[in-house]
Amino acid sequence: MPSNTMTGPDESGHFGPFGGRFVPETLMGPLQELEEAYKSAVKDPEFNAQLDALLKNYAGRPTPLTRADRLAAHIGKGRIYLKREDLTHTGAHKINNAIGQILLARRMGKTRIIAETGAGQHGVATATVAALFGMECVIYMGTEDMRRQALNVFRMRLLGAEVRGVDAGSCTLKDAINEAMRDWVTNVSSTHYLLGSVLGAHPYPCLVRDFQKVIGREARAQVMQAEGRLPDLLIACVGGGSNAIGLFYEFLNEPNIRMIGVEGGGRGMSLGDHAARFSGGRKGILQGTLSYVLQDEHGQIAGTHSISAGLDYPAVGPEHSLLHDSGRVRYTSIQDDLALDAFQTLSRKEGIIPALESAHAIAELIRIAPELDNDSIVIVNLSGRGDKDVNQIAELLQNRS
Amino acid sequence: MSRIGKRLSELKASGGKAFIPFIVAGDPDLETTVRLVPELERAGSDVVELGIPFSDPVADGPTIQRAGARALRHHYGFSDYLQAVRQIRNESQVPLLLFSYYNPIFQYGLESLAAEAQSAGVDGILVTDITPEEADPYRACLAAHDLDSIFLVAPTSSDRRIAKIAACSTGLVYVVSRTGVTGAQQELSAEVQPTVERVRHHTQLPVVVGFGISRPEQVRAVWAISDGAVVGSAIVAEMEKLATPGEIPAHVGGFCRYLLS
Repeated sequence: MPSNTMTGPDESGHFGPFGGRFVPETLMGPLQELEEAYKSAVKDPEFNAQLDALLKNYAGRPTPLTRADRLAAHIGKGRIYLKREDLTHTGAHKINNAIGQILLARRMGKTRIIAETGAGQHGVATATVAALFGMECVIYMGTEDMRRQALNVFRMRLLGAEVRGVDAGSCTLKDAINEAMRDWVTNVSSTHYLLGSVLGAHPYPCLVRDFQKVIGREARAQVMQAEGRLPDLLIACVGGGSNAIGLFYEFLNEPNIRMIGVEGGGRGMSLGDHAARFSGGRKGILQGTLSYVLQDEHGQIAGTHSISAGLDYPAVGPEHSLLHDSGRVRYTSIQDDLALDAFQTLSRKEGIIPALESAHAIAELIRIAPELDNDSIVIVNLSGRGDKDVNQIAELLQNRS
Repeated sequence: MSRIGKRLSELKASGGKAFIPFIVAGDPDLETTVRLVPELERAGSDVVELGIPFSDPVADGPTIQRAGARALRHHYGFSDYLQAVRQIRNESQVPLLLFSYYNPIFQYGLESLAAEAQSAGVDGILVTDITPEEADPYRACLAAHDLDSIFLVAPTSSDRRIAKIAACSTGLVYVVSRTGVTGAQQELSAEVQPTVERVRHHTQLPVVVGFGISRPEQVRAVWAISDGAVVGSAIVAEMEKLATPGEIPAHVGGFCRYLLS
């Protein structure tokens, strides 16, 4: 499996002490099958040609790297670039991974696709590629997220997917993953679980990362063309962490490039009020992988809160845990109100309505502006567009005023 | 040899078969669990599986999920569950197998958990989301404290995996009857018998079957092809029907006798 010597994973799927494969025995066979299929696919020129063609002609890659001068003027520092994953087909980086995995699913002879979704972007991306490949598609989504992201629920249904509401726990992403895993364990022979982030058991964290690396690869070429040098700082939001690792990975071996991953700070630092795994969590095992996890003293998984459904999850991808412990990436969190401010700032300054998730990365840029130099080059990953969030924002702003 | 291995070997020698009920510890409270386990023994149980609840039970169907949620309301920790085991041991020497997910065990600390579980009177541990590949430190701690480490075999397990699982298991090997989560089924899966036979090629250990067994004829069908039957969701569902916890031991004891009839 292609891997970076800095972070892995090793043959057994570990990123240092993190990652691995903690699943019921029934899933071990299917995970090995997926790993084998992936190993053979990446060496197959035809697979890579199909992937490249779909990314280009269907998803609309490469996405632009937009220089955001009015935002830079607003914060008073730096040369700011936005990597425009919001401009992909379906409106978020999630499509990159969905295309890669559906090609794998077809290669493995699977006819049915299941997925979990939080903000709905991964669900929409999955429903989209399932429609394109003519496969049956079931999306699990927490009922609280269905409420927050009603537009995306409608989109998935339009695309022919069945959306199953999950009314358990906090009714958000974690609970949707539990239910998707239960479906997979029951229907393993026909079904591919199209996991949406760098989470879960090996090989998912590795293969989802590899399908998202295109973000950083393009950004590197684009910033070199625009500026003639590499950036100084990268910023991305981190739910599971797929958009962040997608941007960061290409640059991990460049010691002078700083990177910041931004978690959902929610409404405060008490357990249950946020999704800041690196400040409130500790090592634990959830949904197939060992990573930083928000949990109580008995190892029961804690509730989380973030204004953004895509960040509202108690664990983080295992590779991020290693990058955190090694100090290579700094992880911070942004609270709901600052994300909401940044959402409006980017809309007004650049004419770009970001996803609430991506607004956390913009908010972090605004917060750390005093640390930047005038000629600092910063790339912020604009992981998705905010159309899905406008109803929720309208409600929130009304309550605020 | 542990109490689990001893009991199953005695049965095997005499041509008997094991009946292994599963309940969730703390459902609806630990006082009930302490009263129920001796009753399960009196009703003919050879081993009792005590589920230690976890907030995110991906291997469990709705019935056991609900039982876990009822127990979790009390915010018990592992020390509470082990205290209940000590109380059970005042009354019953039935072999006890803890059945849980890895995170609560990992958070308690493998070494302290194994030491304290053994001194409380636990005989073995089965963790649904750990396989031999990730289990080295866990197995070492269990072995150091003479606790059986029991792993699952699924219909999707390759022969190579079955060999590895059998080599890592002590006490017994637990075969999951079908691909899927826990829960009662109308029909016993056709996958059971071939899976049990594949396991027999790799081990002399007793082989028990669980998942989806809810009726007397299913218990007998599983007995015909293996060394024991585990019944979980069906018992938990019986407990759920009752208005007060006080009724549970007698009713569940009666249900077990019916399953064995």
